[in-house]
Amino acid sequence: MSSNKFSAKSAARGAVSIILFLLLWELGSRSRHWIGADIFTPLRETLGALGFKKTYLPWVGAIPAPSEVAAAWAGVITDAGYWQSWYKSMFRVLAGFTAAMLIGIPFGLLLAVNRTAFGIGFPVFEVLRPIPPLAWVPASIIFWPTQEMSIAFVTFLGAFYTIVINVVGGAKSIDQRYFQAAQSMGSSKWDIFRRIILPGTLPSIMVGSAVGMGITWEVVVAAEMISGGGSQAGGTGGGGLGFFIWNSYVGGSYQQIVVGMISIGVAGFISSELLRALGQYVTPWLRLR
Amino acid sequence: MNAQQTPTRGAIRIDDVVKIYDPEGAAVMAVDHCTLDIEAGEICMIVGPSGCGKTTLLNAIAGFHEISSGRITLDGDVLCSTDKPKAEPGSDRIVVFQNGALFPWKTNLENIAFGPIMQKKLSKAEAKEKALSMMADAGLSGVEHNYPGEVSSGMRRRVEIVRALMNDPKVLLLDEPYRALDSLTKSVMHEALLEIYYKNKVTIFFITHDLEEAIFLGHKVAVMTTRPCKPKKILNVDIPHPRDYSVLTSKRFRELMEETNEAVHEEALKAFQAGEREG
Repeated sequence: MSSNKFSAKSAARGAVSIILFLLLWELGSRSRHWIGADIFTPLRETLGALGFKKTYLPWVGAIPAPSEVAAAWAGVITDAGYWQSWYKSMFRVLAGFTAAMLIGIPFGLLLAVNRTAFGIGFPVFEVLRPIPPLAWVPASIIFWPTQEMSIAFVTFLGAFYTIVINVVGGAKSIDQRYFQAAQSMGSSKWDIFRRIILPGTLPSIMVGSAVGMGITWEVVVAAEMISGGGSQAGGTGGGGLGFFIWNSYVGGSYQQIVVGMISIGVAGFISSELLRALGQYVTPWLRLR
Repeated sequence: MNAQQTPTRGAIRIDDVVKIYDPEGAAVMAVDHCTLDIEAGEICMIVGPSGCGKTTLLNAIAGFHEISSGRITLDGDVLCSTDKPKAEPGSDRIVVFQNGALFPWKTNLENIAFGPIMQKKLSKAEAKEKALSMMADAGLSGVEHNYPGEVSSGMRRRVEIVRALMNDPKVLLLDEPYRALDSLTKSVMHEALLEIYYKNKVTIFFITHDLEEAIFLGHKVAVMTTRPCKPKKILNVDIPHPRDYSVLTSKRFRELMEETNEAVHEEALKAFQAGEREG
């Protein structure tokens, strides 16, 4: 738990890790000679000699170097369209994720505490759950009146199932002794729900949300790529970061693809950190020792 | 709290209680026509091998599980009987659980203030004030705003007993509360429990499998048979209270140990041969 606390040592290690990564990437993409030695050509020839027909091997050299990416980034950083993409994707993730929490948490709690609700609701839920959110994209586009809504919907699905499953599991695994103790001390049913079930489920809610948040970013990016992200209506930046990447690919701007990827990495990181801070705030008893 | 010299409340009468578990037709008798009288303000120690059915008895008194037949009364009022197999759980009988049941999401102070707030006996502020003074009395100053997970297991047990006492119960039901503690902590906890008891004089129904613990603490020690459970031998411990740890090396203590040890050992052996699992 103490690893959550800021320490100069771990910050230094983090910096070394990132700098080393960027350095290897830069060197790798600048030359086919790996740290002075050409290991790529002999490897390719060996594979060719072994009878592999297509002796093509991927190489870091096919990817733009970090310095080029940084230059491309500097180019788009003043572009309103780039920030519009950020805003669009962030907004969709936030909308879908918030909806998933607002609907998923009460729904999960209902399934957990009410046997009838569980009997009726859970089978349908379990049949729908294995359908990947992306499989919903076409149906969603047909169903929802606007493209924006259909993207928000599949984003919602990405987080919804994970949150519900975690809420149900968390609430059902609360130790029987807590209920018995609360009952002995005169708690009403509502007290038990509010003071035992709710706080007892919070850690699982936060775990479900963290996983759900990750899926949400996966889904939103893919949905934006598939649907064009509403760019037809919204101009250059209307497509979100997913469409930004796809557009860069179509336009042959490979540096920008990486800019888009890293942007999503940063956005996902920010989302996770915000969620982690929220989690620590609502479950202070887990920050122990 | 009620520090009367002669306690007048908390007399439990267990009368011919039978408990049969019936998982899918395979009837298993856990408690067999068990009769046991516990006087008001008495410390009654229930000794028996793990899994012998002691906890079943405790659950019946607490109102967590049904009995199959018989009757349990508290100060003359029927808790449960053949006609009404499950007692209503209530704040007059508070359980201190084997592995502890402090709410991890509440601070020690909030845990202790919980009961009176739930029962609407005290306002939040009053309950916290009372909790603070009881914590100070029990040597728990300084951990009020810590969560249970932040303090030692011995400390947690003490918090839980204080939480129970906050409800002004007639009976404390303790289910092997010190089982997980090391023997040194255990000895400290025993003296602390007695100290709390001398102040409150609440009836204590204490389950254990440790005979030494039973004789040291109890007015009465009921050695139970292993499944099905009923008293095999009831020992009145004639060592006067208040006691402290010097009792352990006294001649009378040794004699009582010898007198009871064989009965306990016999049952332990039976339980072992029956292959009962720890539980």
